[in-house]
Order: sequence, then structure tokens, then C-alpha cells
Amino acid sequence: MRALPAWLFLAPALLLLAVFAFWPVLFGSVLAFTDFSLVRPTHWVGLENFRYIFDNEMFVTGLKNSLVFLLIVPCVQLGALALAVLVNNQLPGIRLFRAAYYVPVVTTVSVVGIMWGFMFHEQGVLNYLLGTNIGWLQDDSVALAAVMFVTLWRGLGWYMVMYLAALQSVPAEMQEAAILDGASRWQRFWHITVPMLRPTIMVCTILSVLGALKAYQEVDVLTQGGPMNSTFTALYYAYDQGLKHLKLPRALAASFVVSLICIGIALLCLRYLKPKHR
Amino acid sequence: MKTIAHYALLAAIALLCIFPFWWTLVTALSTEGNVLAFPPSFWPKEPSLENFAEVFRVIPIWAFLKNSILITALTVAWKLVLCSMAAYPLARMQFRGRKLVFGLILATLVLPSEVNFLVNFITVTELGLVDTYSGVILPNVVTAVAILLLKQAFEEIPQDLIDAARVDGASEWTIFTRIMLPLVAPWLATVGILTAVEAWNEYIWPSIVMSKPDEFPLSVGVLYLRGTFGSSTRVIAAGTIITILPTLAAFLFTQRYFMRGMDGAVK
Repeated sequence: MRALPAWLFLAPALLLLAVFAFWPVLFGSVLAFTDFSLVRPTHWVGLENFRYIFDNEMFVTGLKNSLVFLLIVPCVQLGALALAVLVNNQLPGIRLFRAAYYVPVVTTVSVVGIMWGFMFHEQGVLNYLLGTNIGWLQDDSVALAAVMFVTLWRGLGWYMVMYLAALQSVPAEMQEAAILDGASRWQRFWHITVPMLRPTIMVCTILSVLGALKAYQEVDVLTQGGPMNSTFTALYYAYDQGLKHLKLPRALAASFVVSLICIGIALLCLRYLKPKHR
Repeated sequence: MKTIAHYALLAAIALLCIFPFWWTLVTALSTEGNVLAFPPSFWPKEPSLENFAEVFRVIPIWAFLKNSILITALTVAWKLVLCSMAAYPLARMQFRGRKLVFGLILATLVLPSEVNFLVNFITVTELGLVDTYSGVILPNVVTAVAILLLKQAFEEIPQDLIDAARVDGASEWTIFTRIMLPLVAPWLATVGILTAVEAWNEYIWPSIVMSKPDEFPLSVGVLYLRGTFGSSTRVIAAGTIITILPTLAAFLFTQRYFMRGMDGAVK
């Protein structure tokens, strides 16, 4: 009888999670193996959808691009860690700088798309400042890099705050003891701070890897996959097929593939970045 | 000397983060000269609020604004109610299946949820919630992060308070609403503010559920603006500023809540 109130408290939340968090993953995984559509009966088609997407140039390009997207992981992580070290002090006005770095994080992706659309415009301010004449979002050789840069720009502040929180929990006594022992600034960072940050680095790296593999919103607001499909990512293909072409099973097959890759990579990360216990 | 170099570096990075916003603001305030003119101006020429007035004249921005406010307020309210109700028994009650439930909630953090909207759209259609606020809100009101943060908050409350209330014959519901909730108010504020910014910024899902322009929140409407007034860059810029102003203000005035939310999430 003691259990009843607990379940009553939990029921509404669990119901919503079941419907909107678990059901889509389970049902979606099943639908990936069918020819589901809203207008006719559904049949089991085995691996047909997977065969289709792997023969499809847009998906294959998208998958490759999603792997290329992984290049932003070391940039974001090193950048965010460096930034966290830079703002981990009590200099006057430091809170203002922290806020400035975090502002892109609290900006909606549609606005990010519009603003960077201005920046990247062929007659835009970026070309003016660089003295170049590049169609950042129109030229298929640079468009993907431009989209990746915007993703990096959006992510930096978020990871900075994660690292800052971790840095502030490193005990000051350890640093002081090392200073007494004559350790240089760099030695202290490398032998005290980094080992203490290891769990945070692990979590952030995994989140960043998964985020990079699953990127698609920036693509939607900046290039919609163009020019010449050069900025398709694997999940943008899923989004495009599912919503714009109403080919739900193909979309779900694509996202199924991405999920498998994500699980695989997360396991690898866990294995190699695991904190060492002595 | 070292401090100056430090500040210079900080300022350079801040410029990189802020410049697109500044540029958009300058564009929105300018009335003269081609937006894409060489050399561009980094300060508004003939500044005026004309472009903002134009936004209010040509698009249903009041409708967008109303939709954004309602979606945000309802998401925050429902999330605080449902997630605190879920977090409380996980923190303070002993019952069979507690570990399992907690594990399931944690599992949603690692589930591949990015494209849940594909199946959720079918669900929302079946429930008849397309083109409704409920359809936009319901999938977002229960999140593992909110439950985790509130669970931690409930765990910090001394057991004596609960025991004393039980001795006085208070029901579980009374204990929850009269004793527990007021004590975790700062954490409710944290979750509320983080959620408000998230809900205001939500873009993909409302653009799927809402099919008519006058049902769009600002985050979706601002891109619709780009579609319909492709040539009038300044009006788009003004619409963009209107869209981000509330989140920026919320963030700048409540910075510490954002940092604290992160802190809690890391633990």
C-alpha cells in the first residue's frame, strides 16, 4: 500500500515519457523494416529500405559528411577548455566575457541561420573583412566547412561552462602544494588540472561526438542540404525524406544507421577515455 | 602587460561570438545605404526604428509573439508540475521498482532521440493534436535532466521535516505541496528558466506541428519572414532582433541560474 502514492506521483511523467520518448524509438526501429505509409496497409520488407538508402547518393554523401563533422570535436573541446582556463579567474568584468561566450548557446537555431546567412553572403561582411569573394554557402567546396563552423560557434560556450564548473572544483591546495614544489604553470596544468578534469573531458567528448554525428538543424537553416547536396548530413537526409518527401521508413532506416554508429562510437570512447582507477 | 594580453585575447574571442548579433542589430537599425554595400558600415547609418515598425505592419508578429509566450509559459508550468511530482518519490520514497523507473528515466538521455519527431508526428496526428499548443508542448514537458536536478534538490531536505509532518497526520500530497515544494523553490526557478529559454528557442518541432503561419512561434515565424520578404534584409534583421531579445534579456539577468543548472547536470 505504501507504494501507491509513489506511483501516483510518477504516473503522468512516465506516461508522457512512454508515449513521446520510448515509443518513437521502439516503433521507429520497427517501421524502418516496413513500407509504412498512412495511405495503405503496411508490409514487412526486411532490409529493403537500408538497401535503398545505401544506394542513394544523398544518403551516402550525408553519412560521409556526418563523419567529416567529427573534425569539429577536437576543435570545440580544445577551444572550450582553453576558453574555460582563460575565464577561470576573478579579473574585473570576467562575468561579462563569460556571458558573451554563452550568448550563441541561448540563441534559437533559426536566428543563427539568418545571422550567419548575412555573414556568409557573397557581398557580405565576412568576404569584406577577409578581402575574399567566396560564396560560402553557394560553393560546394566550402559550404560544408561553413556549416561546421557555425555548429562549432554555437557549441563552444556550452562546453566552456561545463569545463569551467569542473575547473572550479579542482582543490586550490593541490595547486598551492605544486607551486611550493616548484612546478611550472604548464606542469601544474598538465599533471594536476588535466587528470582532475578527465571525467568531464570524457563526458564532453562523447556528447560532442554524438552531437556532431547527429547534426542537421544548422544544415536546415543555412543550406537545406545544398549546394548540389554537398551539405547533406545523415540525419538531414532522414529529416528531408521523412518530412519533405513523406518517405518515413527510409527516414527511419537512415536514423537507425546513425544510432548504430553513435552507440558504437560511444562504446569506443567509454573504453579508451575511461578514468584510470588506481 | 600580461593582463592586457589576457584581456585582448578575451575581447577578440568575445568579438567572434557577438559580432553576428551586432551586425544584425546595425542592419535592423539602419535605413540608409545598401545592406550589402562595400565597404559595409559597422555603425547604424541614420538609425531609426522604422524597420521594426515595418515588421509589425507586414507580418503577424503579434500572433507569433502570443504563440511564443503561451508555448513557453505552458511548457514551463507543466514541466515544473510533472517533473517535480516525478522527482519527489524518486528522492524520498521507498517502493518496489524505484531503481527500474530511475534507470528508465536515465535511459532517455542516451536514447537516439534526435529524430523522434518523425514518429511523434504520427502520434500527435492520431491524438488529434496537430495545430494545437498541446501538440507542441506535450513531448517537451517531461525531461530526464529536469527530473534529475529536482531529485537532487529533494534529497537535500532533512528527513526530520517529513517525519514531523507525518506525525501531524499530513498526507503525502500535503507534505509535497506545503513542505517540499517551497524548500526547493530555487531549483524550480533554475529548471523554469532553462526550460523557458529552450521552449522559446524550439524550432524544428513547432514548425512540424503548426501548419498555419499565424500559429507559428517567433522562432519559426522569423524564418517564414525570410521566405516571404527575401529581399528586405533590414526587416528580417529587425524580426530577428525581436525574436532573440527576450532570451538574451532572460539570460543576462539570470546568468547564475544557467551556470548552476550546468553544475547540477555535471554532478
